[in-house]
Amino acid sequence: MGATPIKVPTMAELFAAGETADILFWVGCAGSFDDRAKKVTKAMAKILHHVGLKYAILGTEETCTGDPAKRAGNEFYFQMQALQNIQVLNMYGVKKIVTACPHCFNTLKNEYPELGGDYQVVHHSQLLQELINAGKLKVEGGSFKGKKITFHDPCYLGRANGVYEAPREVISKLDMEFTEMKRSKAKGLCCGAGGAQMFKEAEPGNKEVNVERSAEALALHPDIIAVGCPFCNTMLTDGVKHFEKEATVKVFDMAELIAQANDL
Amino acid sequence: MISSIIFIVVFLSAFAFFGFKILKIRRNILLGRNTDLSGNKGQRIKTMLMVAFGQSKMTARPIPFIMHFFIYAAFLITQIELIEIMIDGSTGQHRYIWHLVEGSFLGSIYTFTINFIEILSVLAFVATIVFLSRRNIIRLARFQKPEMKGWPSKDANIILFGEITLVTCIMLMNSSDVALQRLGVFHPTDTLIISRAIADLWAGIPKETLLIMERIGWWGHILGILGFMVYLPFSKHFHIFLAFPNTYFSNLLPKGQLTNLSAVTSEVKLMLDPTADPYAVPAPDQNAAPVKFGAKDVQDLTWKNLMDAYSCTECGRCTAECPANITGKKLSPRKIMMDTRDRLEQVGRNIDKHGKDHQDGKSLLFDHITEEELWACTSCNACVQACPVNINPLEIIIELRRDLIMEQSKAPSSINTMLNNIQNNGAPWQFSPQDRANWAQELNT
Ligand code: SF4
Ligand code: SF4
Repeated sequence: MGATPIKVPTMAELFAAGETADILFWVGCAGSFDDRAKKVTKAMAKILHHVGLKYAILGTEETCTGDPAKRAGNEFYFQMQALQNIQVLNMYGVKKIVTACPHCFNTLKNEYPELGGDYQVVHHSQLLQELINAGKLKVEGGSFKGKKITFHDPCYLGRANGVYEAPREVISKLDMEFTEMKRSKAKGLCCGAGGAQMFKEAEPGNKEVNVERSAEALALHPDIIAVGCPFCNTMLTDGVKHFEKEATVKVFDMAELIAQANDL
Repeated sequence: MISSIIFIVVFLSAFAFFGFKILKIRRNILLGRNTDLSGNKGQRIKTMLMVAFGQSKMTARPIPFIMHFFIYAAFLITQIELIEIMIDGSTGQHRYIWHLVEGSFLGSIYTFTINFIEILSVLAFVATIVFLSRRNIIRLARFQKPEMKGWPSKDANIILFGEITLVTCIMLMNSSDVALQRLGVFHPTDTLIISRAIADLWAGIPKETLLIMERIGWWGHILGILGFMVYLPFSKHFHIFLAFPNTYFSNLLPKGQLTNLSAVTSEVKLMLDPTADPYAVPAPDQNAAPVKFGAKDVQDLTWKNLMDAYSCTECGRCTAECPANITGKKLSPRKIMMDTRDRLEQVGRNIDKHGKDHQDGKSLLFDHITEEELWACTSCNACVQACPVNINPLEIIIELRRDLIMEQSKAPSSINTMLNNIQNNGAPWQFSPQDRANWAQELNT
C-alpha cells in the first residue's frame, strides 16, 4: 500500500495558485481521525487521483458538519458548525461535493441549503457508479472472483435519501456472488450508530443493535460485508469480532474494494 | 310510525354526537404549533391516493394487507346500502330503492351491489376471525408489547367483535328477507347469492319469527353502524378518517432532513460575527412568539405531529422495525404516538373543565415519555418508513430531545462530552483540528 506517494491538494493551495477544483472531497470527522475510516479516505483519494478528477479537500479548514449535535437535539452547536462550514465552502465557490460519510452527505445535501449552503452533494457510491458508467474507472473483479458479498444499507443513504441502487451497482461490478440480507433497502436494519448513538453507551436492553445486525449478515456466510459508512464500518467490524469471525469475514467499504480491484 | 321516529332520533343523535367529538378533536389538533404544509397540492393528492386510498404501504406485509383490504372494501361498499336503510328507516318502507329501480337497468346494478356487499361481508368476516386469532390466539409479538396492555388491546377486540356483529346482522337481515320472500310476505328481489343459501337454513321457521329475525338484523345493522360511529373518536379506529388528511399532509422532503430552527440562526450569527454575515438566512420574523426550543408538551409540537397521534392505528409496524425496540430497549415508536395522543386528550379535558389556560403541572416529556426512551433512538427512520399512514414518530423524538438539551440542559454525560468536543475541536472526538489532514500526509510518503 502507498507505493507511489500521492499529493492530496487542498482548496487553499488551489486557491493560492488561482485554480479551483471541480469537486470537493468532504472527508468527515471519522474519515479524518478514525484509524479504520482513514483507510477508506485514503482509498477514495487514490481513486480520485487515479481517474484524474480535479478534486481537493478542505484539510484543516474542514470541521464537523454538526450532524451529531443536531441529532442529539442541540441546534445551536449544529448551526455554529454549519454556518462556519458554509462560509468556508462559499468562499471557495464550491459547487459539487463528494463524501464517503452518509451522515455528512445527508446534512450537507439537505440541511445546509436553508442556511445558505447550496451544493450538489453526492455519496461516494454515486460518484463511483458515475465513474464506472462513464468508463473512467475500470473494475476487474479478478481477485474477488468466487467470493460471497453482502451489503449493509446505511440508514442515512438508504431510507433517509432513497439511494439504494448506486452501492449495489458498484459492488456488482466486482464479479462476486452478491447476496441480500432479508432486512435490506427500505427495510434495512440500522447498525446502531446513528442519531448520536455512536458517542454514548446504549440504553439497557437485551442485545446490542450491531450484534443483531451482524448476526443477520453472518447468517448468509459471506466473505465480505460491504458498507458505505464509517460508523456502520465500526459497528459491523465490532459485531463480526463479537462472533469471533474476523479471520474469515471482512468488513470493507466499497471504496476499498474498488481501490483493491484497481491495485491502488 | 313509532319505529320511524325512534330511528330518526337515534340517527340524528348519533351524528350530532359524532360531529361534536370531531370538533373537539379538531380543536385539540389545532393546539399544536403552526407549520405550513399548504404547497405541492398535486403531489399531496397523489400521496393520499396511493397511501391512504390505495393502501400502498400495507403491501409490505401481504397477509394483513389482504385481510385488511377485505374489511376496508366491505366498509366502503356497505355505506351504499346505508342510503336505503336511511330511507326505509325514516319512512317505514321496505327496500324502497328496489321498488323504484326493479326491472330497469338500475335494478341490475342494485342486485349487483347487494351481492357485492354480501360477498365482501363474508370475506370481511373471515378476515376479522383471522385478526382476532392473530391478536388473541397466535399472539403476534407486535400486539403484545407493554404499551398494548389494557385498553388498547380491548379497543382492538371491541372493534373486531363489533365487525362480526355487523356482518352477522347484515346476513341475518338479508337471509330472513329472502325466506320471507319465499313465503310471499315480502316482494321478491333478484337472486342474492349468499343470503339465498343461508335462507335454506330458515326453511320451516314461521313467518312471525322470520319477521322478528329480519327486524333484529335490520336494527342490529343500523345500530351497529351508528354505535361504531359514536365509538370511533375514542378509538384507534379513528384512523379510517384521519388516514386521508394525514397522508395528504405527509412530509415530502427527504426523510433524513430534520427541521431547521430559524430562531437559532440569528443568535448563532451574532455569536459568530457581530458585523452580520452575507450568507445568512433572512432575519427572523419580528412578530414571532417568544422563542422556545423543542417540545416539552403537546402544544409545542406542530399540529401535524398531533394529527399523526390521532391517526395512529396502533398497528406496531413501526415498533416491529425499530432497532432499539428489537434489541430490548424501552423505546417504542408506537408508544411515542400513543403517549402523545393520551396527553393531548388529557390537555383537551383540562381545557373543557378548567378553561384554556389551565396548567396541570404535567407534560408529555417526563410524565409520559422518559429520557431513557428518547436517548435510545438511532434516528434510523425505520418507523417512519414502516408506518402505513405516514406518521413520523422520529420528529417528535427529536423535538423532545431538543427541549431536553436546549431548555433543560439534560443529556447523558457522554453526549455532553461529544458536544464539547465539537465546539472545541470541530470534531465529536477529542482530536486536534491540526491533525485532521494527517492521513493525506501519510499518503504522500
Ligand atoms: S428512528 Fe428511532 S424510533 Fe424510529 S425506528 Fe429508528 S430507532 Fe426506532
Ligand atoms: S405510528 Fe404508524 S406504524 Fe406505528 S403503530 Fe401507529 S400507525 Fe402503526
